[in-house]
Amino acid sequence: MSIRERMSGNEAVSYAIKQINPDVMAAFPITPSTEIPQMVSTFIANGEMDTEFIPVESEHSSMSAALGASAAGARALTATSSCGLAYMWEILYVAASDRLPIVLALVNRALTGPININCDHSDSMGARDSGWIQIYAENNQEAYDNFIQSFRIAEHPDVKLPFMACQDGFITSHAVENIELLETEVVKNFVGEYNPENYLLNSEMPMAVGPYANSPFYMETKYNQRMAMKNAKKVILDVAKEFEAISGRSYGFFEEYKTSDADVAIVIIGSAAGTSKEAVDKLRENGIKAGVLKIRVFRPFPGEEIAEALKNVKYAAILDRAESFSAYGGPLGSEIKSALYDAKSNCTAINYFYGIGGRDYTVEAAEGVFEELIDIMNGNKEIEQFKYIGLRQ
Amino acid sequence: MAQASDLSKINEKSPYYDITPGNQIYGGGGAREFHTGEWRVKTPVIDWNKCTQCLLCTPVCPDSCIAVKDGKRQDFDLDHCKGCGICEKACSFGAITMKEGI
Amino acid sequence: MAFNFKEVMSKPERLAPGHRMCAGCGGTITVRTVLRALKPEDKAVIGNATGCLEVSSFMYPYTAWEDSYIHNAFENAGSTLSGVETAYYALKKKGKIKDNYKFITFGGDGGTYDIGLQSLSGAMERNHDLVYVCYDNGAYMNTGIQRSSATPMYADTTTTPVGKNSVGKMQNRKDLASIIANHDIPYVGQSTLIGTMKDLYEKAERAIYTPGAAFLNVMSPCPRGWRYETADIMKICKLAVETCYWPLFEVIEGRWILNYEPKKKLPIEDFLRPQGRFKHLFKPENEELLVKYQEEVDRRWEELLYKCAR
Repeated sequence: MSIRERMSGNEAVSYAIKQINPDVMAAFPITPSTEIPQMVSTFIANGEMDTEFIPVESEHSSMSAALGASAAGARALTATSSCGLAYMWEILYVAASDRLPIVLALVNRALTGPININCDHSDSMGARDSGWIQIYAENNQEAYDNFIQSFRIAEHPDVKLPFMACQDGFITSHAVENIELLETEVVKNFVGEYNPENYLLNSEMPMAVGPYANSPFYMETKYNQRMAMKNAKKVILDVAKEFEAISGRSYGFFEEYKTSDADVAIVIIGSAAGTSKEAVDKLRENGIKAGVLKIRVFRPFPGEEIAEALKNVKYAAILDRAESFSAYGGPLGSEIKSALYDAKSNCTAINYFYGIGGRDYTVEAAEGVFEELIDIMNGNKEIEQFKYIGLRQ
Repeated sequence: MAQASDLSKINEKSPYYDITPGNQIYGGGGAREFHTGEWRVKTPVIDWNKCTQCLLCTPVCPDSCIAVKDGKRQDFDLDHCKGCGICEKACSFGAITMKEGI
Repeated sequence: MAFNFKEVMSKPERLAPGHRMCAGCGGTITVRTVLRALKPEDKAVIGNATGCLEVSSFMYPYTAWEDSYIHNAFENAGSTLSGVETAYYALKKKGKIKDNYKFITFGGDGGTYDIGLQSLSGAMERNHDLVYVCYDNGAYMNTGIQRSSATPMYADTTTTPVGKNSVGKMQNRKDLASIIANHDIPYVGQSTLIGTMKDLYEKAERAIYTPGAAFLNVMSPCPRGWRYETADIMKICKLAVETCYWPLFEVIEGRWILNYEPKKKLPIEDFLRPQGRFKHLFKPENEELLVKYQEEVDRRWEELLYKCAR
């Protein structure tokens, strides 16, 4: 029996943490993820869960402590946003290289310079090459569902990689919406016990982790990480299938919203997918074949599958919520273009930026993007790459 | 049951699949297989007639090369001794001499 | 527990040979002594900040550690071991671990006094049941003898080189043991390598077996960085203590205890003279620097005596 509730994204993730009851959580507050460690601490204080919580003095230490706990054999996690993630940066790479299945609840927020507490994806997109699995949620339900699947994917013997479960700051983390929760017993059975084969506290066999491994070993180590990331693709789909069996909700690498016959499509990550879908519905009423491809899994990057999903789309707008300052597009735009090129796709991709630092992205803005794609398709407009949607000019 | 890492399979010629996941190594003390004794210029030599088994030379070795068994120090572990000479100075009885060309 | 040297030296060796530390390294003598203080039946997880010790003792695939070992990065040995120690309680609570584990982490002065100070401070303040051991060799030796906040005044290092306009490092060394003692943790000890290692051994034992956070600051000379003959390490350490440059003390539950007071305090020159990094201080024109040095040592010694007399 599922439980109908009303919750924010942060509440949903905290509730999932309570149900999973992991061994160790280390965290340091930062807006907008602060509520997660607060709520977990409250659950612990009230005897509703028995996770050991470490109130560390910084995010650098929360990731370091989570890493130590995970290596020791514990199921470990942390939560953060923005500069907190930036401060962990160095250790993100260590966690992935050490092959430790730590889970990080990330509440996406713009990186400082200037300080801005609102949502964009500059934090997680900057960490896209750190070796972490990255899965993004559109809403509170997905934030909850993704989190419940996270440890299963991260801890799988073919994977053993850390996992970033991302949701949009404030838009998802703080907005209260309807949600369907699973029974705690169902969650516990689904997630299972964590019993790693090797760990620091294994009294039968000591373990050493974190060596100096120079050029004779480094490249092979990185290749092994890549293989694990590749393996994660199958595991993500297998776990999603099992999750569907207990929840009735199905997940894949992405969600195809009316893309199968679409001439024009928006490709987007996170909460703004909902806004884009509304625009699609409006345009469809007027007979315009529009669609949305919402990317859920960004690492591993499902390039071939995305190209396949876009194969009948003539013009696709790839919307990035993070600058890369290459002056040649954003991370999502670059990678999808590369996937389309390799697939010899006939889909033309146009890369936009939106929602930077929390700038509004409205249904009208999404309609504007579609209109531009249609104008281009009809030969009434030249392609202009890398536009900022909503920029004052 | 966890297995100790087979260090003989991990070297500069090993393919990627023999490099342990996460560079984790199972089992302690594997460094013994690496012989730092080759670095040595001078070699400590003990005169057992002078040695009183006071053991003052044993804790000062940076390379754990003077084992103690049944309360008595054993001969030097020359596979690993780097020849620093600290033990010679620690000996009050002149029982240890650093010698070249051994 | 009376110190029985023969029995202590018969305990199992927990740092295997074959590590790549330099010949005559003080750091590994410190490590061996601290680990010897573990009860043989107790298991341990050893943490390590990046530094000489880390890159030399776990050079893939060879670990010199008989116990479980974790290196994470340079600046986070304190928080990494906090996580390991917390995992121990979490798993013990769930009945997944039967054995007794102890947690000891080693860092050089770079990883401890400087880049790792925040993480160390956090681990101490949260009072995790672990021992942080600083093997203090007074400079960033792993990267080639750059000054640290532990580098003694006037030392010649590669970032405070002695030259026409320089007499070496201009600042005094940071008093880290006091800083950590002011975290009000159960145990702080300062030691170095003396004789049978009784002082360090007993402090390590107290640090390991006192519940809660403990910190050991151990002067561990580096023959390359300090420029003395490798064989002379024990003499150098003794002079550091006899000149009151490196006093032996401990702080138990906030109570300062002086462990050794020289009968006749030797002049600081005796400690400085054998070391190449202080060679310039013995030029006639630098006589005044030696006077200043002595004043500084005296001032700190008096301060320590005052704390211990209270």
